[in-house]
Amino acid sequence: MSTEQRPVPTPTIGIPLMTDGTPKVAARNVNVYYGDKHAIRDVSMDISQREVTAFIGPSGCGKSTFLRCLNRMNDTIDICRIDGRIAIDDRDIYDRKMDVVQLRALVGMVFQKPNPFPKSIFENIAYGPRIHGLVDHKSDLDQLVQSSLERAGLWKEVKDRLDQPGTGLSGGQQQRLCIARAIAVQPEIILMDEPCSALDPIATSIVEDLIDELRASYTIVIVTHSMSQAARVSQKTAFFHLGDLVEFDETEKLFTNPQEQRTQDYVTGRFG
Amino acid sequence: MNTTTSGATRDKVARSLKRRYAAEKRFQAYGIAAIALALMMILTLFVTIFGTGYTAFWQTMINLEVTLYPQDIDPDNSRDAAAGMIAAARAKGIGLDGDAHLLDPRTAKQQALESDIATLSELALGRPMTADNPELIAFLKDRFLPANIGDEALVKDSLATWLGNEAGAFNRAIQSADYLRPVKQSISDLFPEVTGRRDKRSLYEIVSPGATYVLRDMVLDNPDLIGQRISVTVPMSDDIDQLEKGAIKAELPESARRVKDNQIAWFERLKDRGLIETTFNTTLFTAGDSREPELAGIWGAVVGSFFTLLVTLLLSFPIGVAAAVYLEEFAPTNWLTDLIEVNINNLAAVPSIVFGLLGLAVFLNFFGMPRSAPVVGGLVLTLMTLPTIIIASRAALKSVPPSIREAALGIGASKMQSIFHHVLPLAMPGMLTGTIIGMAQALGETAPLLMIGMVAFIVDIPGSPFDSATVMPVQIYLWSDSPERAFTERTSAAIMILLAFLVFMNAAAVVLRKRFERRW
Ligand SMILES: Nc1ncnc2c1ncn2[C@@H]1O[C@H](COP(=O)(O)OP(=O)(O)O)[C@@H](O)[C@H]1O
Ligand SMILES: [Mg+2]
Repeated sequence: MSTEQRPVPTPTIGIPLMTDGTPKVAARNVNVYYGDKHAIRDVSMDISQREVTAFIGPSGCGKSTFLRCLNRMNDTIDICRIDGRIAIDDRDIYDRKMDVVQLRALVGMVFQKPNPFPKSIFENIAYGPRIHGLVDHKSDLDQLVQSSLERAGLWKEVKDRLDQPGTGLSGGQQQRLCIARAIAVQPEIILMDEPCSALDPIATSIVEDLIDELRASYTIVIVTHSMSQAARVSQKTAFFHLGDLVEFDETEKLFTNPQEQRTQDYVTGRFG
Repeated sequence: MNTTTSGATRDKVARSLKRRYAAEKRFQAYGIAAIALALMMILTLFVTIFGTGYTAFWQTMINLEVTLYPQDIDPDNSRDAAAGMIAAARAKGIGLDGDAHLLDPRTAKQQALESDIATLSELALGRPMTADNPELIAFLKDRFLPANIGDEALVKDSLATWLGNEAGAFNRAIQSADYLRPVKQSISDLFPEVTGRRDKRSLYEIVSPGATYVLRDMVLDNPDLIGQRISVTVPMSDDIDQLEKGAIKAELPESARRVKDNQIAWFERLKDRGLIETTFNTTLFTAGDSREPELAGIWGAVVGSFFTLLVTLLLSFPIGVAAAVYLEEFAPTNWLTDLIEVNINNLAAVPSIVFGLLGLAVFLNFFGMPRSAPVVGGLVLTLMTLPTIIIASRAALKSVPPSIREAALGIGASKMQSIFHHVLPLAMPGMLTGTIIGMAQALGETAPLLMIGMVAFIVDIPGSPFDSATVMPVQIYLWSDSPERAFTERTSAAIMILLAFLVFMNAAAVVLRKRFERRW
């Protein structure tokens, strides 16, 4: 796509789009419908590189829906319809020439409930690189599995039982295994949909630390229902309400000095 | 809240608790009663079948001393003719190593048909020879070919024909010999006082006609038995067997039972002499069907069932799984797929006889496939089991958590890859269970197979899915329909064998499911 065709930023409600450098992800006037239900209304947003962007908002406001637009996971839902444009590195991901498989290798995803494959820990990590043909030799694969687990902070805990089922790990370990699995295909963006909601506080804080570390190498978008988590891990926060992107700003600013009444009400705990 | 009201509340709760417990107890009692009733019915069924059937696993036999006179077995003396030639050759100084082989009808015939002069001359003369060998020429000239010596092709031919004819004649002779004569003779020898024609016939009846097959097989195995006196154990006739087992009652008046008074007396005397014994009925497990109960076996039907189920499995499993995967994972939801879904469910409810009629009209009449063949039976049963397998497979696919698909898609697996690498392996135990249950149903199916002619009386054990055959439930049906008393117990025995197969298959389903589920 040439620069002339680049989507023209239109202001979202609240603050203007961030313009510091080229955004990693640029969404413009995105609308999502589930059948007749209008789940996302005209959302535009720029997501910057090597930062953690948090989506917050009450249940059912469309956080997951919007997140899943970024790796076209919504394609699997028959009744789901999307319009508007989403570009990653200036490439329209809903373009007909865009290959979904390629996109999903570029944009990894971690789900709410840890969902390791019912295979060995090794196989869980090795599966992605193998189907994408990332490695040619067994030794490279071993190396990749190790480095992925190391980055996910899981290597020390599992290095002696790589042949054991991934489903036999604790919840927090499983979630880190899923993160390692996403990392193994060497994505640039990692989407996380409430990755800690099924974890206990200790596992949660481990995963949060991990997210903070991963920020240096990946662009991370995380959906969370916990405002304190958003405050802890993210640099920018987007507040969704009833399908609208109400406010999108530096995390600190959004929590301390929100521009919108609805944001104010939500972050102070008046609804949600 | 004051104490009286709280006391009243507690009383109320206590009373309602009592009622709740009583209801719970009642419900448990109903459940236990239902299970007990079901178990009792199954027990009754098993006891009845076992009670009538277990005797079929034994057979009353008699030890006979039989003399195989050559004039009975080989009246034209074709064996001597062959032996004489060998002797003549020997007398001329031509060594014959192969005479033992030569007299074994099977090897000799087989070799002869190969028409290879080297083999043949080696067999006949002890070493390979070419047609210009003077020894051979002399031998042949003397014996067979006054003219034409030196013509290699003719020599070859003559030698082959000679061996083939001699062995063939002998083979035919011992195949079709009258083995009944020695048997009758042997029985007569036991009771020299029986003379009248009618009495003699009645005497011979107490031994099964199967005795002749026993003798024939022995002679075919070892022709040297001709001329010898041998001791054989042969089955008694079915009626005597039933008498011995108590199914035919000696107390009844003679006119009311199939065994005559004098037959009973002879049998008692044979028992006194210690010639009667009861052995395990191997015939039941190794033979095909027969008009004579004591010679009838279930093996032909077992093999028929095996071929039929094999065809069914090979067709219905891949088709069923493929259909389920397509419908569940790939098909768009529209009126057409809805229609297909409804029809598959309807198909599962169609009476099986209808599939039989369909098979008759389509496979036999239109495509002209062979009647009574397991391959057609398998096709018909495939139609019948497909809905079961499709429905079970779809349920298995549905039960795979969507999170697994998302996980695979999320790291960039294509839809195909996510299904074949992750969803299908997880659904496989469910699919296999459904398939085995479908197979078990197919194993017990009778009606549709009647329509395509698998109900014929077939003695031979089928060698392929294209041979005429019957299946176990149809065999049970055929036997239950036979008038002979001895088929009653065999019917029950066959039911036991069928049930054993069914239990085995269902156990396999359970084990398979446990095995795959336990993996993680
Ligand atoms: N697969 C779906 N089919 C129909 N409606 C859906 C589906 N997924 C989500 N929705 C609807 O879209 C809205 C947004 O959902 P979601 O993005 O999951 O909210 P959140 O993640 O913020 O809780 C909700 O009202 C929900 O009911
Ligand atoms: Mg959500």
